This record gives sequence, structure tokens and C-alpha cells, in this order.
Amino acid sequence: MEKGDGLMALSCPECESEVSPPEPVRQHEVLECPDCRAELEVIAVEPVVLALAPEIEEDWGE
Amino acid sequence: MLSVLLSRLRVEEKALLEELDRRHVAYEVLDTRTLAFRLDELDLPYQGALCREVSHHRAHYAARLLEHAGVPVVNSAAAIALCGDKLLTTLALRRAGLPTPRTLVTLTAEAAIGELPSFGYPAVVKPVVGSWGRLAARLSDDEAAQGVLEHRAALPGAHQHITYIQQFVGRPGRDIRGLVAGEEVLGAVYRTATHWRTNTARDAVTSLCPVDADLEKILLDTAAAVGPGVYGIDVLEDADGALYVNEVNHTPEFHGAAEVLGTGLADRYVNYVLDQVKS
Ligand SMILES: Nc1ncnc2c1ncn2[C@@H]1O[C@H](COP(=O)(O)OP(=O)(O)O)[C@@H](O)[C@H]1O
Ligand SMILES: [Mg+2]
Ligand SMILES: [Zn+2]
Repeated sequence: MEKGDGLMALSCPECESEVSPPEPVRQHEVLECPDCRAELEVIAVEPVVLALAPEIEEDWGE
Repeated sequence: MLSVLLSRLRVEEKALLEELDRRHVAYEVLDTRTLAFRLDELDLPYQGALCREVSHHRAHYAARLLEHAGVPVVNSAAAIALCGDKLLTTLALRRAGLPTPRTLVTLTAEAAIGELPSFGYPAVVKPVVGSWGRLAARLSDDEAAQGVLEHRAALPGAHQHITYIQQFVGRPGRDIRGLVAGEEVLGAVYRTATHWRTNTARDAVTSLCPVDADLEKILLDTAAAVGPGVYGIDVLEDADGALYVNEVNHTPEFHGAAEVLGTGLADRYVNYVLDQVKS
């Protein structure tokens, strides 16, 4: 469920470098761009779409 | 069908979803950022919910709404509301007779400045709602305390002015994270860091902490004091080895603990959840 196989070259929405999500990738997963270190959220899986992840809010945590 | 409340999929959520997949449990992931509830038409197809939402407030209200619709949630809204607030947690622990660090509470930041010299240093001030060690400050003397508390007074959120201060319990650089599901201790790890805040989110290193009878009792009594659920319980040791319950996490992260305790954690977590929502 909510899994997709998206082994395609994806680019970071912040810096456009190539990002390769782990397999299998899941919706809502957060990746770090290896170049600019922006946090990217997988907002769709078929096909995989990345967007900048939301900023951490003060009530986030465990 | 089970619903899984979340927005950010951390390592823990991934492990839990993998565990559900492995068992062929039917579930639906509900993104709390897009949920909408019409209170007049609350008819939800879920037999239960696993709450893994990273935002405390979204977790709390989502759980309240699902429970209102008759869907049992793990952890319960009551547990989330209690454990998400460090002061309310401390009150519940003290009522149950658990050892907690000496604590000073004032309802404005300014009021704490005059109290601290007699309360004593080092002390720790932290937000009542917050996690990952964020905005927790160690106060070493009057000067440091005044600086930090003046900053806290200037913070915009009214909630940040509720001032929760504990005695610093050292053994600096190490604490204990115990994981409990219901009446079972899943395991415990030491978290060691070069910084006094030993959160795994701050890159503390985990190592095995043997669960002796004392620790087991403290962990189970703590879980009993806050009500049934799955918890990450932070325990501090003083120089003599005495244990103090520091806080209880209602949506525990366990990737650090899993490195030491193995992969069975998600399995036992899911066992507990399925047990609770079974009709
Ligand atoms: N009173 C204290 N004495 C010593 N160390 C503390 C104290 N309170 C917090 N810490 C350290 O700071 C870390 C974060 O504090 P904690 O109360 O667990 O809040 P959080 O919800 O941010 O994890 C703890 O894991 C511990 O290492
Ligand atoms: Mg903690
Ligand atoms: Zn980038």
C-alpha cells in the first residue's frame, strides 16, 4: 500500500541536483537532498513526486 | 480496517507500516494535514487507529475526533494530551508516587527569576510542550538563568511562558530510554552524548541498558500512571544511581533503540496495537 517503484532520476525542487529515493519509496517519506541538504517529502509515488518538506513546528516530536 | 494517522513518515512509521504489510493487515494511511471531519456525518470505516502523527496538537485532536466517532486510537487521546505536556505528566507521576526530579513551576518566566537562587543550580528549563530537546536550556547560575528566562518571556506563544524548571540530574551526558507497550517492557537503552541533552534526535549514541527489577518497576509504574499505551519513557540517573522519571513520550521514536534491541520492536508494537483495537 502506498508504495511505488520509482527508480527514475528525480531532481531536487530546491537545487535541481539528482535525488534517488530508496526502494520501495513510500508516500510521506522524507529524504535529504545529498547536495543542498534540503528535506524533501515524497508527495506522490506513481510516479514519484518530491516537494520541499514542511518546516519543523514547535509542537513536533515524539 | 486500521487507519494510521501521520504526516511525516519517519523510520519508525516505515517500520510499523512494513510490519502491517508483512502481516497483511488492511490499513489506510490518513494524512492529518488534509483530514476534514464533518461532525454531523462522522461515520468512519475503521476498526481502530494507530496514531503516529509528529505534531502533538494534530495528534491530540485527531485522536479525540476518531474516538468521538467510536474508533479506538493507540495511543488514546487522553494519553496524548497528558504525555504531550511535561507539567501534566509530572503531576500524574507524582500523584502515583514515582520519583521525579525536583521541579519548580511558575506561570510567567519572570516569576522564576526570583525563585531560582533558592531552588538551586544547575537547573533545566524546558517548554511544557516540545520534544527532541528543543528549547531546553541548562541554567548554571543566576546570570544564565536571567538571560534565558528573559528570552523565554519574550517568546510569542503564551504557552512558552508557563515555566517548567527541574533540578539538573547528573550524570551528565547519559540517560535511559525505556520502551513500554501495555504491561510489557520492550527494552531499554542508554543514550549517551557529549552534550547534556541526550536525545537520539540530537545524535546521542545508544547502548544496551539492562532492565533490572528497579528499572522494570519504574517503567511499568510510569505506564500505569499515565494509562494504557505504547510509551518511550525517559529516566535520569543521579550520581548515586537513583532513578528519576523525566518524561513520557506518547509517539515514541525507537530507531536508536532498535539498533541495539533489534527489529522485534515494531513487531511487538504492532502486536499491542492490534490487541487494543480488536473488537
Ligand atoms: N532535569 C534534567 N537533568 C539532566 N538532564 C536532563 C534533564 N532534563 C532533560 N535532560 C536532558 O535533556 C534531554 C531532553 O529533555 P526531555 O525532558 O527528555 O525533553 P524532550 O521532550 O525534548 O526530549 C533528556 O533526554 C536529558 O538528556
Ligand atoms: Mg525526551
Ligand atoms: Zn537539493
